[in-house]
Amino acid sequence: MSLTLEQVQRIAHLARIEISESEARTTQSHLNGIFQLIEQMQAVDTRGVEPMAHAQELSQRLRPDAVTEENRRAAFQAVAPETEAGLYLVPKVIE
Amino acid sequence: MINASLKQLSQALATKQISSVELTRLFLDRIARLNPMLNAFVTVDAEKSLNSARTADARIAAGTAGPLTGIPIAQKDIFCAEGWRTTCGSKMLANFVSPYDATVIRKMHGEAGMVSLGKTNMDEFAMGSSNETSFFGPVRNPWDTERVPGGSSGGSAAAVAARLAPAATGTDTGGSIRQPAALCNLTGLKPTYGVVSRYGMIAFASSLDQGGPMAASAEDCALLLNTMVGFDERDSTSLDRPVEDYARDLDKPLAGLRIGLPREFFGEGCDAGVMAAVRAAIAEYEKLGATAVEVSLPNSHLSVPAYYVIAPAEASSNLSRFDGVRYGYRAEDYDSLDDMYMKSRAQGFGAEVKRRILIGTYVLSHGYYDAYYLQAQRIRRLIADDFVEAFNSCDVIMGPTSPSTAFKLGEKAADPVQMYLSDIYTIAVNLAGLPGMSVPCGFAGGLPVGLQLIGNYFGEAQLLNVAHRYQLATDWHLRRPDGVE
Repeated sequence: MSLTLEQVQRIAHLARIEISESEARTTQSHLNGIFQLIEQMQAVDTRGVEPMAHAQELSQRLRPDAVTEENRRAAFQAVAPETEAGLYLVPKVIE
Repeated sequence: MINASLKQLSQALATKQISSVELTRLFLDRIARLNPMLNAFVTVDAEKSLNSARTADARIAAGTAGPLTGIPIAQKDIFCAEGWRTTCGSKMLANFVSPYDATVIRKMHGEAGMVSLGKTNMDEFAMGSSNETSFFGPVRNPWDTERVPGGSSGGSAAAVAARLAPAATGTDTGGSIRQPAALCNLTGLKPTYGVVSRYGMIAFASSLDQGGPMAASAEDCALLLNTMVGFDERDSTSLDRPVEDYARDLDKPLAGLRIGLPREFFGEGCDAGVMAAVRAAIAEYEKLGATAVEVSLPNSHLSVPAYYVIAPAEASSNLSRFDGVRYGYRAEDYDSLDDMYMKSRAQGFGAEVKRRILIGTYVLSHGYYDAYYLQAQRIRRLIADDFVEAFNSCDVIMGPTSPSTAFKLGEKAADPVQMYLSDIYTIAVNLAGLPGMSVPCGFAGGLPVGLQLIGNYFGEAQLLNVAHRYQLATDWHLRRPDGVE
């Protein structure tokens, strides 16, 4: 398998990472090297093997539906790039 | 005091030979003097550290101190600590001052009363094996400053090796505690997945990430592990199990211990000097009463390929939170919301992090999920099953931690695949979720070599016992680098 330049640009867009054409070319060659390594997996017959998502076979715990955290909005918004009146500011989305 | 074990420091504090403030100053002075050369710490806040030391001294005076109260420790900069800048080695978080404590930090600062000396440098978002992907520049190995300390917990490793701190925390997703421990002559332990809370530990690959101690000896690691573990309802994969004392079995004799030597770890691909030191260590274990048996991990060669699907897949999801809205870096100029995301992420992430996000995005995308992600998860099962089978005929597994000693800065930086292969012996352990350690076992060309110990699930106390008995019989772990007096 080999990724085309257009595929690299498409993945970068899906990941919301701006990429210039020259960066995309370098990335293309690195990713193709990595995928060459990954391709070793394709030779393995895994029919009938249960996929393993996790080291411990756990089911998600449930907890009582009760408030456990206090409101710390001011502290959490102090680290935000831009806020106003307790809201996060982003560029206008709807005209 | 600089080279003292945690037990000795604990004794010195309890008998008022030294105060925590004095001890903290001693290490802060060493950081001020030696860190410019090593770049092991990215953040130091002497006033904050000394304040914790004063609190610890008051506890010691009041008789309410625990065994580690007042002892300084370096924190990998992946652990959020309230009021401390927490960067994860990234420009994305270069100005992020955490509004809360990770559970590990809360336990260390609170119940244990330990004193944080600062935050240590690391590969960006823990993605790297050399500490060269850090936004804050590479860390240098105290054993040879032209060489890497390993990664991603490279700052923690260099700090402890140069005695800028008596001990440190690390995290290990594919070898990030064990490999730097090996390259810097330290003892490091990655616990069984789920034993140490991941709350407040910035996520890389959530099904693999695990925090653990890095220190000079197994005994020190046991004492630290005692403070780090425990069920945490804030971590959905934290395991609810009885509390153990990880130091309880340290002195148990090793007679009858069966050591499994995976044939795949003793073949080609490992430097001769590393292999010689590892074989000598196994001979030492035989003198201590253990017997070596050959075992096989037939799918271990697939661990690197499977890991580089699973870890990037999880990372691409975890790192989607960095969007320039709620915290972290936001680009200066943009002309729409989408453009703001794209530019903030392009400028805030470094090259290796972007590569892994792109791999993850691809393997999870429509049409490729089955061929890559699902296939990797199936291979993960085969790898885990290999260990189950191997542990039918042995108690612990041993082999090299890393196929080489510390390599030169820049040597592998341009070739991601070569860098990835330096974790060839450690990654399978994370995929299976098992506990693993690295223990100093000699030198090759003047550089430290690590012996990897792999235990069965929840076998930490046994691993520490196996490492401790070896450290009673050898002095590799006591060797210190020159030039950092």
